[in-house]
Amino acid sequence: MIINKEKCLKCGGCVSVCPVQALKLESELKCDNDKCIKCKACINFCPVGALKLEVSK
Amino acid sequence: MIIKDEYDVVVVGAGPAGSSTALAIARSGLDVLIVDRNQELGCPKRCGEGFGDYALNQIGLKRNEKWVDQYINGALLYAPNGKKIVMDYGKDVGYIIDRKKFDKWLALEACKAGAQIQTKTIVDGIIKESDFVKGIHAKFLSEHFDIRAKVVVAADGAESTIAKKAGMKIPSSPNFFDSGFQYEMAGIDLEDKKKLEFYFGQKIAPGGYIWIFPKGEDRANVGIGISAENSRTAKAYLDKFIKTNRKFEKGSIIEVNGGAIPLGGVMHDMVMNGLLVVGDAAHQINPLHGGGLAESIIAGKIAGTVISDAIAKNDVSRRGLSNYNRIWWKERGNKLKNLEKAKTLFEKLSDRQLNTLANELDKKKIEEITSGNLSKLMKLISKLAIVGIKEKLGF
Ligand SMILES: Cc1cc2nc3c(=O)[nH]c(=O)nc-3n(C[C@H](O)[C@H](O)[C@H](O)COP(=O)(O)OP(=O)(O)OC[C@H]3O[C@@H](n4cnc5c(N)ncnc54)[C@H](O)[C@@H]3O)c2cc1C
Ligand code: SF4
Ligand code: SF4
Repeated sequence: MIINKEKCLKCGGCVSVCPVQALKLESELKCDNDKCIKCKACINFCPVGALKLEVSK
Repeated sequence: MIIKDEYDVVVVGAGPAGSSTALAIARSGLDVLIVDRNQELGCPKRCGEGFGDYALNQIGLKRNEKWVDQYINGALLYAPNGKKIVMDYGKDVGYIIDRKKFDKWLALEACKAGAQIQTKTIVDGIIKESDFVKGIHAKFLSEHFDIRAKVVVAADGAESTIAKKAGMKIPSSPNFFDSGFQYEMAGIDLEDKKKLEFYFGQKIAPGGYIWIFPKGEDRANVGIGISAENSRTAKAYLDKFIKTNRKFEKGSIIEVNGGAIPLGGVMHDMVMNGLLVVGDAAHQINPLHGGGLAESIIAGKIAGTVISDAIAKNDVSRRGLSNYNRIWWKERGNKLKNLEKAKTLFEKLSDRQLNTLANELDKKKIEEITSGNLSKLMKLISKLAIVGIKEKLGF
């Protein structure tokens, strides 16, 4: 997961919709990529479009 | 740190749900601590700040002018085709508050009753022993520590990580969340400084609506809530609305807010051994209009009373706490569940159906109906929405 820190509002919305608790919001938002199942729920939710999946090379 | 390492109850989250719960517990004479990860209570705000007297009266508190920004006497509803419905009550029926001041005030009411509070304290784990929640792992700035408690209250808002960490099943399907985004703006040419404005339409705010909540003079919260599964962002819809609306021409953005609004997904079981979940964390929000302040405060009172009782009876097992499920469902749950059904129908209405609905509302001259408070106004919107939907869908 790529988190655009300049866009992120730290609103925690993505944390609410993540089915596997891969996202964590403390002083900033972090994603545990080992947990992430790439379901994109957080990406679709984010009100400002701050999240995207890594582009595979 | 001033706080102790053991309390009767630890409340995680100093929002309206947490403070209301702590207030009820402190009033019963128990030792309660509230912790919140935020550096400052009520900041950042994640709210349109629409509120009324009802919930506070329920917990024996009174409105305080220092957190009222603007009194409200009605609403202007806009159908997709621009048709306007005026709801004028001729007297004040609610108000827009300043959440930063309000959250602080409510937390301090809990402190006055005997609760203790500590901000900048992140709870990052749950102490669990033989299937009983026994306290929290937390950090204050970078200092790690544990606090033991007979009961832990998860009042940590829509993220609801505390209950999830404890092993409770919390609905996380995007169907149950609206994506919320808001600018607090100044310099707006408001149509009526005492009326809420709502804009409906699939092209304007798919599955939700745009709101303008006046905050005094030329200031307002201008926000949007849309269903979470959308190809475009909530911000994109709101920006488009603002760009194409002349009242914002000279506007300034003085604050940016976002957040999840847990609409729907009310839970039947909100307790486990030594833990109880309350407020947004338990999806206790009016699913039709997204108002959660009143629901959180009322649920907090129920939770606090049940916890005090359970501790007095020395039974904080899920059985001892399960009165919370029962009382909350009787007082609030069934109602919210019905509104959830209305919401599911409402969010699917096409723009044409919404326009028809607006015509019917007009015929009934709802603007002439007077009522006592904002929650009644909201009730009316809900009722009429249901009527319109039923007719439209032929049942
Ligand atoms: C954009 C938007 C507009 C809204 N508009 C309105 C409106 O006009 N009227 C209305 O009535 N409702 C509105 N709501 C809903 C309302 O804001 C919520 O229902 C209400 O804030 C719920 O209160 P709460 O106490 O449950 O949670 P919150 O107010 O979210 O409080 C939870 C607290 O827990 C803390 N916390 C979270 N995790 C941790 C942790 N791990 N450790 C320590 N602390 C933690 C947070 O810092 C936070 O202070 C709106 C919501 C949104 C997103
Ligand atoms: S939903 Fe978007 S803005 Fe909100 S915390 Fe997540 S990434 Fe940041
Ligand atoms: S893609 Fe899915 S699993 Fe991964 S962080 Fe986002 S919501 Fe969680």
